[in-house]
Amino acid sequence: MTDDELIWRISGGSGDGIASTSQNFAKALMRSGLNVFTHRHYPSRIRGGHTYTEVRASEGPVNSRGDGYNFLLALGDSFARNPQEEAVYGNEEIKPLSENLDELREGGVIVYDEGLLDASEIPNFEERAEENDWHVYPLDLRGLARDQGREVMRNTAGVGATCAITGMELDHVQDLMRDAMPEKILEPNLEILQIAYDQVREEYDVDAPDVSVPTGEHDEEQLLMSGSDAIAYGAIDEGCRFISGYPMTPWTEVFTIMSKNLPKLGGISEQVEDEIAAAALAVGASHAGVKAMSGSSGGGFALMSEPLGLAEMTETPVVLVEAMRAGPSTGMPTKPEQSDLEHVLYTSQGDSQRVVLAPGTVEEAYEQSRIAFRLAYEYQIPSILLYDQKLGGELTNVPKSHFDREPNPTLGKTLSEDALSEQPHSADGKFHRFQHDVDDGVSPRSIPGQKGGRFLATGNEHDPTGHISESPDNRVAQIDRRAEKLAAIRDDLDQVDTGSYAGPEEAEYGILTFGSQQGTVEEAVGRLNDAGHSVKSYGVSDMLPFPSEQVAEFIESVDEVLVVEMTASGQFRGLVQKNLGRYGEKLSSLLKYNGNPFEPAEIVDGFEAALVEDDGDASGHQTTFVPAAGD
Amino acid sequence: MSTFSAIGEEREIDRDEYTPGVEPQPTWCPGCGDFSVLKALKQALPEVGRTPEETLLCTGIGCSGKLNSYLDTYGFHTIHGRSLPVARAAKLANPDLEVIAAGGDGDGYGIGGNHFIHTARENHDMAYIVFNNEIFGLTKGQTSPTSPKGHKSKTQPSGSAKEPIKPLSMSLNAGASYVARTAAVNPNQAKEIITEAIEHDGFAHVDFLTQCPTWNKDARQYVPYIDVNESDDYDFDKTDRVEAAEMMRETEESLYEGEVLTGRFYVDEDRPSYGEEKRTIGEMPEEPLAERYWDDDYEWERSHDMFLDKHS
Repeated sequence: MTDDELIWRISGGSGDGIASTSQNFAKALMRSGLNVFTHRHYPSRIRGGHTYTEVRASEGPVNSRGDGYNFLLALGDSFARNPQEEAVYGNEEIKPLSENLDELREGGVIVYDEGLLDASEIPNFEERAEENDWHVYPLDLRGLARDQGREVMRNTAGVGATCAITGMELDHVQDLMRDAMPEKILEPNLEILQIAYDQVREEYDVDAPDVSVPTGEHDEEQLLMSGSDAIAYGAIDEGCRFISGYPMTPWTEVFTIMSKNLPKLGGISEQVEDEIAAAALAVGASHAGVKAMSGSSGGGFALMSEPLGLAEMTETPVVLVEAMRAGPSTGMPTKPEQSDLEHVLYTSQGDSQRVVLAPGTVEEAYEQSRIAFRLAYEYQIPSILLYDQKLGGELTNVPKSHFDREPNPTLGKTLSEDALSEQPHSADGKFHRFQHDVDDGVSPRSIPGQKGGRFLATGNEHDPTGHISESPDNRVAQIDRRAEKLAAIRDDLDQVDTGSYAGPEEAEYGILTFGSQQGTVEEAVGRLNDAGHSVKSYGVSDMLPFPSEQVAEFIESVDEVLVVEMTASGQFRGLVQKNLGRYGEKLSSLLKYNGNPFEPAEIVDGFEAALVEDDGDASGHQTTFVPAAGD
Repeated sequence: MSTFSAIGEEREIDRDEYTPGVEPQPTWCPGCGDFSVLKALKQALPEVGRTPEETLLCTGIGCSGKLNSYLDTYGFHTIHGRSLPVARAAKLANPDLEVIAAGGDGDGYGIGGNHFIHTARENHDMAYIVFNNEIFGLTKGQTSPTSPKGHKSKTQPSGSAKEPIKPLSMSLNAGASYVARTAAVNPNQAKEIITEAIEHDGFAHVDFLTQCPTWNKDARQYVPYIDVNESDDYDFDKTDRVEAAEMMRETEESLYEGEVLTGRFYVDEDRPSYGEEKRTIGEMPEEPLAERYWDDDYEWERSHDMFLDKHS
């Protein structure tokens, strides 16, 4: 836990504008010069149900949610169900306050809307507040908002109160409201903000704030962005102008961003009947010469299995994104998990021929979205971007300069008609689209409508012209050639190095992780080293083709390795062992699958309890330790 | 040389251009109705003036899927039931291509039924030919979605308890703007209907009765057939949705009573194709998207210049 940070949690009902209020507040903090990171918790429900967003702000880098939080703004849940009745979900009305107390740090602040929340309904509330040295501010935010305009503006009143208590100037918040709000609601909101601010300052002694907002300064212009934004912008900058999809949480975010922006770029977005069609359309568009993508989450991606295999067999470039959520089946739609890893690696019949990348941060999401497209088109292979609700939905600041790059609309090894005429053809004029002996296994392609380029694309095994063939010699030649592409892609990725490393090189212990848990692991590594341990981490992004050499080198360099992942069965650890074929006795696992991403302290405690003898206590956490083979 | 110089090329086209050198002789069984679809296409394509290299034929899986091996064009032999979504996207990516989709009754009305309904609903500009032989042929004779109720096969040993799909009515209800049925035994009509279907600006669905002499011996050879547009016994307006629906109902019922009715059942020349609809709402470029990737002068947009302000 660090003291020089604000972790502000705004809680309320799903549908109460918690997400937009927190986004604006995060942006105001970013504009004030701080680094920010948000964490969203929301139910799979239409309206109502307890939801919260945390905004963590610090002068130093923040790449993860924190451990607990230190400022609660509890609003009412407008859509709470049957609060009087004894139902399985209990009294929902009080949840924005009652559900958030366990994780509030000692000395933390509670602002709650006494117009909607009655703290006396919570058993021992006052005793707990005293015990934990919480500073409690009951404010009638609803009444204040109602007096000035509309009840829904109570969020703004809460932000005003937050600024008053933490000593934050209103100007950044006001600027943001001017940018974000339509004229009609702007004035009353600005008024409510000011009145709430003044009222708190009058009624309470806030000159020595209990929790204060840190100050900082950025060297360059920052943007507040989610992984979903970054994936979409990466696609656009690689010349993707076609997307097809079907809504599913949490993939819908990428689909929405692309659908909004593609028409402005003369591109095409198609919402179709199901995910089978979605993937098949992307394949069809790419076959006809357009850079195309599709995507889904677990269940929808399962439907894409067959078109994915078709893209592999016909060597049609395509990018699919898979936004993981907790499974199996419908699972927990709004909760992050990493347990679709094996699904994405192996689904579809036959030997897999695909690229799978799992970015760890928003910057990497942009970068690897671009890499996924580049590899797909250069090597004529489907690329999959694997992420989850944590990376897709959480906001963090990234420097604007990160996106200041040249677009890359190239189609890869695609021939012009002039170049086509130089290529081998059959006597009847059919182009040899799938030649056996070619560099890196990539046989150049033609696009329908080109003269001298006609060929057959088929899901059957085929000869160089695309004609269906079951000849053993041809079969072996084609399989081997397609496999050669993966080897070439591995060499290519070695030049790029998508891995992320933290901690001292000569460390005693290692932590391996993949995808969205990277930032949290890196924060934990920093703390462990500060506490006197010797630990380093490696966040792996290339799931297929796997960076076996780099991972083996990392494992070799330390005594023991803890593999951290959000799965119940240790899928990533299994992938490491499958690829390396050894080190079972050196790899233990720290797993979390309760629907919430790791907090840094859980990794710190898990590491100490697991690897450092007689040290650490992870018993308070909902994490699972699986020892190394033989232990 | 332009990027896609095969497109729009004006020249005489020989029917033999569509016969592949690799496999000029189809492996369909002797007497199979599928030969007639191939023949009709080879006649229709030169007539509409579309060369092999400006045509993309998308097929599914089944005996019908072999069409790609016997008709020499750009081809995409997709997976079972999925020819339509692949074809649809290719047409959106490059509307100048002549896109044709084909499949069997299992492929189009069974496993791909959802795609069929939605492609018709959206009225994509393409011809879709369904080889309807009322049986699964390639897997050796199982009951199909169009097999009559009571049809016995190894997978329905007591006879199917299901009413068959009514493909013409389904197509009309879903939104197809051209619906016709022809039969393998009626080559002149088949050629004319396939020609019209290719030329139609919208989704043109042709239910093509293709007898299966190997696995569906019980089924008739679809003779004698009656052309409902020419016969004096039938009087309906094919541009009238209500009259068309009634004619389709009668046709679908009578098929299982041994009367083969064929012809154009519904034609709507006014409904805009999906591409036109998309352009009208500003969600599809005027120029084919596929051309842009070859335009050296095109200034590719960057997210940095267009979308980042709202994040700052």
